Amino acid sequence: MNRKIAPTIKDAIDYTLHLKPYEYSKLDNGISVYTVNAGAQEVIQLEIVFYAGNSFEQQRGIAAATNFLLKNGTSTKTALQINEAFEYYGGYCNRVCYNETAVISLHSLTKHVNKLLPILNEMLTDSIFSEEELKVYKQNAQQRLKVNLQKAEFVAGRLIDSYVYGEQHPYGVYTNPLDIENITTDACKQFYEKYYLNGSCIIFAAGNLPAQFINELNAVFGKLHVNKTSIKVPLADVFPAVEKKYRIENDPNAVQGAIRLASPFPNRHHPDFKKAMVLNTLFGGFFGARLMSNIREDKGYTYGIYSYIQNHLQQTAWMVSTEAGKDVSEATIEEVYKEMKRLREEKIGEEELLLVRNYMIGGILGDLDGPFQIMAKWKNIILNNLDETYFYDSVNEIKTVSADALMELANKYLLPEKFYELVVY
Amino acid sequence: MIKFEKFILENGLRVLVHEDKSTPMAVLNVLYDVGAKDENPEKTGFAHLFEHLMFGGSKNIPSYDEPLQLAGGENNAFTTNDLTNYYCQLPAENIETAFWLESDRMLSLAFSKKSLEVQRKVVCEEFKEHYINKPYGDVWHKMRNLAYTTHPYKWMTIGAILKHVEEATLEDVKEFFFKHYTPCNAILVVAGNIDIDNIKTLAEKWFGPIPSGIKYNRSLPAEPPQTAPRYLEVKSGVPLDALYKCWHIYPRMDKRYYACDLISDILSGGGSSRLFQSLVKEQQLFSNLDCYHFGSTDAGLMTIEGKVVKGIDIKEAEKALVEEIKKLQVEGISQAELEKVKNKAESAMAFEDMSVMNRASSIAMYELLGDANLINTELSNYQMVTAEEIKEQSRIIFDENNCSTMYYLSDN
Repeated sequence: MNRKIAPTIKDAIDYTLHLKPYEYSKLDNGISVYTVNAGAQEVIQLEIVFYAGNSFEQQRGIAAATNFLLKNGTSTKTALQINEAFEYYGGYCNRVCYNETAVISLHSLTKHVNKLLPILNEMLTDSIFSEEELKVYKQNAQQRLKVNLQKAEFVAGRLIDSYVYGEQHPYGVYTNPLDIENITTDACKQFYEKYYLNGSCIIFAAGNLPAQFINELNAVFGKLHVNKTSIKVPLADVFPAVEKKYRIENDPNAVQGAIRLASPFPNRHHPDFKKAMVLNTLFGGFFGARLMSNIREDKGYTYGIYSYIQNHLQQTAWMVSTEAGKDVSEATIEEVYKEMKRLREEKIGEEELLLVRNYMIGGILGDLDGPFQIMAKWKNIILNNLDETYFYDSVNEIKTVSADALMELANKYLLPEKFYELVVY
Repeated sequence: MIKFEKFILENGLRVLVHEDKSTPMAVLNVLYDVGAKDENPEKTGFAHLFEHLMFGGSKNIPSYDEPLQLAGGENNAFTTNDLTNYYCQLPAENIETAFWLESDRMLSLAFSKKSLEVQRKVVCEEFKEHYINKPYGDVWHKMRNLAYTTHPYKWMTIGAILKHVEEATLEDVKEFFFKHYTPCNAILVVAGNIDIDNIKTLAEKWFGPIPSGIKYNRSLPAEPPQTAPRYLEVKSGVPLDALYKCWHIYPRMDKRYYACDLISDILSGGGSSRLFQSLVKEQQLFSNLDCYHFGSTDAGLMTIEGKVVKGIDIKEAEKALVEEIKKLQVEGISQAELEKVKNKAESAMAFEDMSVMNRASSIAMYELLGDANLINTELSNYQMVTAEEIKEQSRIIFDENNCSTMYYLSDN
């Protein structure tokens, strides 16, 4: 046995990837239900996705507050009773508000899920948004914001989005303490009425589903007064900042700078998107990427540096993100630009390209392991108005994109003059 | 029921194999029985720094990451006060690549000077990112130091001070490696779409020839029982006053551990928990409250922490918290409340066991605790806890003389 010689491997690119199909059903009121019935554990994940994200709000913070308060009281149950109902059966009910969508999710043991559906239904049809609950929400949200505003990475994340999209755009907007103060129960009730009671929603369920689950969903949610009118996501105009470079002092005692570089980028429907996912992986998408190899593993400027393409539906941004020592923050930015230059001017070698291909395919193979992960892939495809060809074309692009094509792409997008540049100390 | 098979190589390496044919992936998990508690008090942070150095090349292989990524794999590692765990996941056909890589770095590291220099800097940046450049970032440095007088849990895995990490030498690295990174101090778990016979062959082939090393026998100074309350007040530029209270609990394998774990859920395990309902929702004294412990191998700390609502005196908030605890001590809990936290434990375990990666690391950790089959029997340990035990343990643990309290006050 010679330990210097690597065992032979099956190149991940020789794998045929298969995305397990979902099953599709429609409830009586037209709600689309996507299910993936799989997995060894007796658990289930149910997500009800409403078009009720912050793109629809007229006043900052309303969409998030409404989404949060769904769990805080109906005409027959207090917030405590709702929480007890879920928690008694070991269920977790969460809600999250995004830009276009707002989600109510339930994680439960399969054997208990049917007992928990009626509570979800009550939240979606009979929430009351009491003054007292809103008061506590506002107070706690303000306290949390106060703490976050002392974190350079939090401040940097808000500011870079506002430069790329403009502060009026749903992707660039952020809440200030005063915005939270201005939230009223009336505004929440109106938003609830329009975007939940008479809104538009999709259901995703994955895991070990109980028998006759669709019938059960139909009995509980089939009468919701939703999907009567098709809700159009408003297309907001982008107002990118004119100034490109920012240095902001948030804390005079900071020992690190939170660095963000971002450039506008089209959405998943653009022909460059799938190729760009490969180029991004090579640039800064994983531990072996150029940015990490140079700036962490060679120079030791940071604990970690990554690049990624934001997951937005309409338009998006290509982002580089890191926290680096205060004294080496500028040097870090220099090195990021150097790595962009290398990608523009030197063709990637076959060996490195094969590594990236194999790494990405291996990653997808691992990602498809388990019902929740499979559903996450489908959800992304469906909410982006794509179909399964997007998945298979992406896989194909990973396997076949050429070094020349990647260099061409770098010359189109990885140009320092296109990037906003921010350091928050 | 999670099935696994266990065998021990001649050099003392324990190997556990868990087959799951439903996944295309395989996981190789190596746990070393060494953590921050095994460090010299003058050279803290070393176990964790060492974890970084494990990726700096081994005796026969210049890079760990590249060949793994080429095989479609991914990896990471973590260090706690008790242990250091390395794991990688890759397409099952390529499992031998993981054996090749992991066995070579158990055989010997390259001990590269450059790697040490760079990783010292990287860890210093990690230290700054997580513990200095954040409001309340140094809480656990202070809290451990207050609650432990003697046991090495008194410092954090990242290290007590930056200087210890900055001053680590290549000699320290070598000594640490040969003392702790040996087959007899390690546990290997292989899981996923694999074949037990094949894994036996591969384990013999790659790990079998590594010299056993000397079994490291731990003799840590025991923490003497706390006999009087301890207090610490810190003033800093944070936006809100925060309260931290810790009480000593039991070692992980003590029967009484399970009641304590359920107590933390009763107090703060969700929107219907006692502290949240009473102190955040009803009395509105705190904007958040958490009760938790780290599940450490040796006796750990039950902790309650919360941010006080602006304008409320921290002493008043603390008094109300103590009242809630008293209620539990005097009145105990109902059967329904007990049932609720047991159901939660059952559900949490089911979700945890979903990924083959989690199953592999759980098997390794339970084996370290003495019995890998705990992955199957742990739930019944929770089921057996009675309401009476909850009441009794809440009386014993939440004793003022067993408590360390920290006020982390805003100076603006």
